[in-house]
Amino acid sequence: MKTTLANWGNYPPVATTATSFADTETLRHTFETANELIIRGNGRCYGDSSLSDRCVVSSLKFDKIVAFDTQNGILTCQAGVTLADVLDVIVPKGWFLPVTPGTKFITVGGAVASDVHGKNHHVEGSFGQHVLWMDVFTGRGEIVRCSPAEHADLFAATCGGMGLTGAILTVCFRLKKIQTAYIRQRQVKARNLQEIIALFEQYKHATYSMAWIDCLKSGDGFGRSIMMSGEHAAADQLAGVPADKHLQLPPKMKLTVPFHFPEFVLNNLSVRAFNFLYYHKNYRRVMDSTVPYDGFFYPLDAIHHWNRMYGRSGFVQYQFVLPPAASERGLTDILQRIGKKGWGSFLAVLKLFGKQESLISFPMEGYTLALDFPVRKGLFEFLDELDRVVLDYGGRLYLTKDARMKPEVFKAGYPRLQEFLDIVRTYNPEGKFASLQSKRLLAGL
Amino acid sequence: MSKSVLILGALSDVGTALARRFAQSGHSVVVAARQTEAAQNLAADIAIRYGTAAKAVYFDALAYDSHADFWAQLSPQPDIVIAVFGYLGNQEEAARNFAEAQRIIHTNYTGAVSILNIAAQSMEQAKSGCIVGISSVAGERGRQSNYIYGSAKAAFTAYLSGLRNRLAHSGVHVLTVKPGFIATKMTEHLNLPPLLTASPQQVAEDIFRAVQRRRNVIYTLWMWRWIMLIIKLIPEGIFKRLKM
Ligand SMILES: Cc1cc2nc3c(=O)[nH]c(=O)nc-3n(C[C@H](O)[C@H](O)[C@H](O)COP(=O)(O)OP(=O)(O)OC[C@H]3O[C@@H](n4cnc5c(N)ncnc54)[C@H](O)[C@@H]3O)c2cc1C
Repeated sequence: MKTTLANWGNYPPVATTATSFADTETLRHTFETANELIIRGNGRCYGDSSLSDRCVVSSLKFDKIVAFDTQNGILTCQAGVTLADVLDVIVPKGWFLPVTPGTKFITVGGAVASDVHGKNHHVEGSFGQHVLWMDVFTGRGEIVRCSPAEHADLFAATCGGMGLTGAILTVCFRLKKIQTAYIRQRQVKARNLQEIIALFEQYKHATYSMAWIDCLKSGDGFGRSIMMSGEHAAADQLAGVPADKHLQLPPKMKLTVPFHFPEFVLNNLSVRAFNFLYYHKNYRRVMDSTVPYDGFFYPLDAIHHWNRMYGRSGFVQYQFVLPPAASERGLTDILQRIGKKGWGSFLAVLKLFGKQESLISFPMEGYTLALDFPVRKGLFEFLDELDRVVLDYGGRLYLTKDARMKPEVFKAGYPRLQEFLDIVRTYNPEGKFASLQSKRLLAGL
Repeated sequence: MSKSVLILGALSDVGTALARRFAQSGHSVVVAARQTEAAQNLAADIAIRYGTAAKAVYFDALAYDSHADFWAQLSPQPDIVIAVFGYLGNQEEAARNFAEAQRIIHTNYTGAVSILNIAAQSMEQAKSGCIVGISSVAGERGRQSNYIYGSAKAAFTAYLSGLRNRLAHSGVHVLTVKPGFIATKMTEHLNLPPLLTASPQQVAEDIFRAVQRRRNVIYTLWMWRWIMLIIKLIPEGIFKRLKM
């Protein structure tokens, strides 16, 4: 029986056989009967990384937290546990995720497979750097425990490897100590691109930082933005919250986007209006506040299904990273092209990555920008043009956001690709674990 | 006071949802299943998430001879016993091959009677307790698509109603649950109508509330009561010609 599945961008949709597993025997059975499969977590990648037209295997029932060392802050769980569930368990005990993306509705397996980064990449690296060990059900049908020391090749190729070495089963990772569930946040307005880049330099030592950028403004205000930095609040910095509530979140309401917005809602006007309002909401240049952690890390999670705003044809997210020396020129070039096209993005997020030595993971030192574009005529040609610009400046694209890049672009952006492929061929020799994305990008490699 | 719940067949989707739902309200849970490792993982998960006592025990519904010992080694004796295990099987296969029919009947009926007889005896003596049996709307009227499974569930429904009648006199509560479609591993390959299909969490919530309120028989989702009423009212002369 075929069902239609799509990930967060609602593009591309695919008719496929969908199954799930709650134990390893069931996974083994699926592995043995399917001729091709890919594991899917919560489908929060944007494009086709966790899709296949053959067999998509959900990990969401493989969701047991099997050990929590509350003394040393070490959690061991099955790959289908969501970060939201992990937070519910660890925050009240005074621990936090070492790294979290901008949504908590992803699985631990998805966090490893995309080697996700958060607002703290410049100081604390990506998710995989906090993993102590994990078990992988490889494409050879064996369960292999790997870590930076044991089967290090498999470990490196699984962090950021988009599920191509096999199914991540159990993951053991380090947590970070917190005293409260609150963040001391600072918001600073930057009038243009030069200013925001200078601000990132200035706030290099802040634990968390990122910026919202208005990519439609031209002239003097080109690249105007708001930078947000944050630190976990210490117990003595929480005035007005009783001590026994320090590790709890205040209750709040959830909003939902109940249906797909018609396309016209997202014309330029509404994007301009949104960015304008967002910018002017901050009436002072510098604003400090103390906020619950989920408002700071997951502002979009409060609006369920905001992806439906982009209408039925869906959207793609375009996220690239440029090396530090080329960042300012590269960002200017790309933002100017977008401005000229008049295709401003509703959300544009800028962030500074620290150094990272990785085999296939996305992060490398430099600036990364993420932009949303509704799918429409001419978009993919335009993005092909941007791809060339990104490569010219020595950058690359994030696989977990991709739905359309060409194999050459992928190959040029990831210098250690061949090494990665050799490891994948060792552990997944028949290519049984394969996604629409891997078939698109690895064709002929 | 925190009560103890025994879940027989805890690794099914509904079993897992039930174990978590009861633990969430402070009950201690014993999860019983054949796969020891997965059961231990579930028990650990419950203890970590909800901070309640949770333990895994080996249980095989078809190993009747082991049931008395199984019950005797439970300590403390559970306040609530929920029999969730079941086997849908394959109707066509069961019509041709008696081994499959037998497996369906024994898992859904004989195994349940074997263990619940023991639980009933013990609760009757203690004059307290609650027995929950997960039957099925498939037991309301035999249909060509699954009458072997349906007949085993019909027998189980009748057993539970007799048990309720007997145990009412000693204050023991017996709840019969008749789920309609549930989105589970068992039904993953079927094309179920979304509006009539409950999630395991919804079913667990319904059962949890029905235990608190000492209900006798519940349908979940609730509209199945009315759907089954209509199905039961169709005259046999017409019913036999339908393709159901
Ligand atoms: C609003 C929003 C904000 C985001 N912000 C960020 C951000 O700040 N930083 C960032 O890095 N990312 C971000 N992302 C992307 C997201 O973190 C990743 O796409 C993540 O991998 C999604 O995880 P998932 O559990 O939904 O997995 P899916 O999207 O289902 O799968 C993602 C990939 O992981 C693989 N995979 C999943 N589970 C397993 C497993 N058990 N074994 C093997 N492979 C597996 C899949 O095959 C696929 O290749 C954001 C996404 C959204 C929607």
